[in-house]
Amino acid sequence: MSSSPVVEVSGIHKAYGSTVAVDNVSFAVQEGEIFGLIGPNGAGKTTTMECVEGLRQPDAGRIGVFGLDPIKDARALQNRIGVQFQQAELQKRIKVREAVELWASLYDAPVDATRLLEQLGLSEKRDAWFMTLSGGQKQRLFIALALINNPELVFLDELTTGLDPQARRTIWDLVRDIKDRGKTVFLTTHLMEEAERLCDRVAIIEHGRIVDHDSPAGLIARHCPQRRTVVATAYPNATEAFGRLTPVDDVSSDGEELTVSGRGDDLVTAVIHAISEHQMQVTAFRTERPTLEDVFLTLTGHSIKD
Amino acid sequence: MLRGLWTLTWLEIKIFTREPMGLIGTVAIPVLMFVVLGRSVASRLTTSSWQGAETLRNGLPVFGAVFVAISTVLSLVAIISIYREGGILKRLKATPLEPVTILVTHVLVKLILTAITIGLMVLVGRRYYPSGVDVPVFSFSLALLVSTWSILSIGFIIASLVRTARFAPPLGSLALYSMLPFCGLFTPVEALPAPLQTVSSVLPLTYAVSLLSGIWKGNPWSSHLGDLAALVVVFAVCTAIASRVFRWE
Ligand SMILES: Nc1ncnc2c1ncn2[C@@H]1O[C@H](COP(=O)(O)OP(=O)(O)OP(=O)(O)O)[C@@H](O)[C@H]1O
Ligand SMILES: [Mg+2]
Repeated sequence: MSSSPVVEVSGIHKAYGSTVAVDNVSFAVQEGEIFGLIGPNGAGKTTTMECVEGLRQPDAGRIGVFGLDPIKDARALQNRIGVQFQQAELQKRIKVREAVELWASLYDAPVDATRLLEQLGLSEKRDAWFMTLSGGQKQRLFIALALINNPELVFLDELTTGLDPQARRTIWDLVRDIKDRGKTVFLTTHLMEEAERLCDRVAIIEHGRIVDHDSPAGLIARHCPQRRTVVATAYPNATEAFGRLTPVDDVSSDGEELTVSGRGDDLVTAVIHAISEHQMQVTAFRTERPTLEDVFLTLTGHSIKD
Repeated sequence: MLRGLWTLTWLEIKIFTREPMGLIGTVAIPVLMFVVLGRSVASRLTTSSWQGAETLRNGLPVFGAVFVAISTVLSLVAIISIYREGGILKRLKATPLEPVTILVTHVLVKLILTAITIGLMVLVGRRYYPSGVDVPVFSFSLALLVSTWSILSIGFIIASLVRTARFAPPLGSLALYSMLPFCGLFTPVEALPAPLQTVSSVLPLTYAVSLLSGIWKGNPWSSHLGDLAALVVVFAVCTAIASRVFRWE
């Protein structure tokens, strides 16, 4: 992990006319990790990623991929990276097998096409035209194309946007498989749940700027240390009993439901302890952990969906 | 060099044959038109109005050829804009495929289809042209391929400038078909008023028509060096412009 990073971006800047898409962005992707660039629509994720892929030229700043320049050394890099685009189509009437075989013919050392289709669950669809595939199947085909050259680094831009939860889960498993095979994954998403489940580290980007980066757990711990436990009880002095606990900051009640908030990992233990000590009759109990969604809200002042 | 060219060309031809409308428009309709017009020529040949038959006999193949060339170019314009809009060009560009390979592939596919169309026309044409009339089929096909190749470069400019797939084909048609009245196909260039003759002299299609009709009549290539040079210049200039303004996405 301490070796030099696979991707190193420092101070890149990109504007389209008067629209500043990427503004002084720096980050690094380490070998073997899943790194996520997360942010709302128009934040500059795709622009940043395509600069790293060598498809766009930043106006300023430096990018290194395996220590190489994405534009000058494009040829040398092509065999080491795999790319999946946010918006891509293939010829309507190309067959799945033909697409994979075409891609395979373009690289020096492709993996076995039949096995790859099998791994991605596309064997049955090998003779289907592209236009007849479902959204999830199309995305799996694009993943296959991104993996055909056995790349060390895989770029995935908004891989699951527009898919139903079931298809999304399937794709998540596939991304974990990619990582398990020792590859580095650089992805973008505006789904916080996806980032939290998949990524080892994330960078939050908004209006072209990186707001913060860390592991999802690290970001949550730093920006939203607040934990909440909701207890439903008819016990008369419950509010006072919970209020006296050290990790508790605040207790609010809504009828019989008490929301106990505080910080630190001890909060839940302390609440349970108090319940048993006072022999409270509890009818419902749940804990609420803050998510990356909350981190985003704290950092930017608005929800990512707005 | 041009890695993947043949794989992609073969694949694109296969994909093309899966689309019924494309096949009908590019191959079937020109051949059908030829048959219909050919029948009328054949009937006139027997009614001994030799003068009219002469015009038709020489005019028809050139007429057919020009339409083949134009429909080829238009389908290239259409496919490039559809591919770009759908991100297919961009997807292909992010592979070791050279951008120029993709363009050359499409030119090849179109030229191969043109060759097939000519072949079919020659086959059906046998029935309407008296045997013994010596027709330079090979030279004429070559002239048509050269003309198409040159006009294709205009297609590239149109495909480069018009970004939306919906507008590219109509604008392409407008650009190409508006050359028709002035290119000597219907009215000989010499018969046009002087200002229109000037217009005619800057239209690439004029040189294509001149080359095609000359070769059909049996002129040697050496008498059409001017036309050839003009077509090569058109190709060089348009390709240079297109490669500057061409966008992959
Ligand atoms: N080719 C382009 N020409 C002009 N403006 C562009 C271009 N590409 C992106 N932009 C602008 O740059 C900004 C960042 O766009 P980008 O596609 O990088 O965002 P994103 O984070 O990927 O968004 P999304 O989640 O919607 O995919 C947007 O304001 C967008 O309108
Ligand atoms: Mg994007």
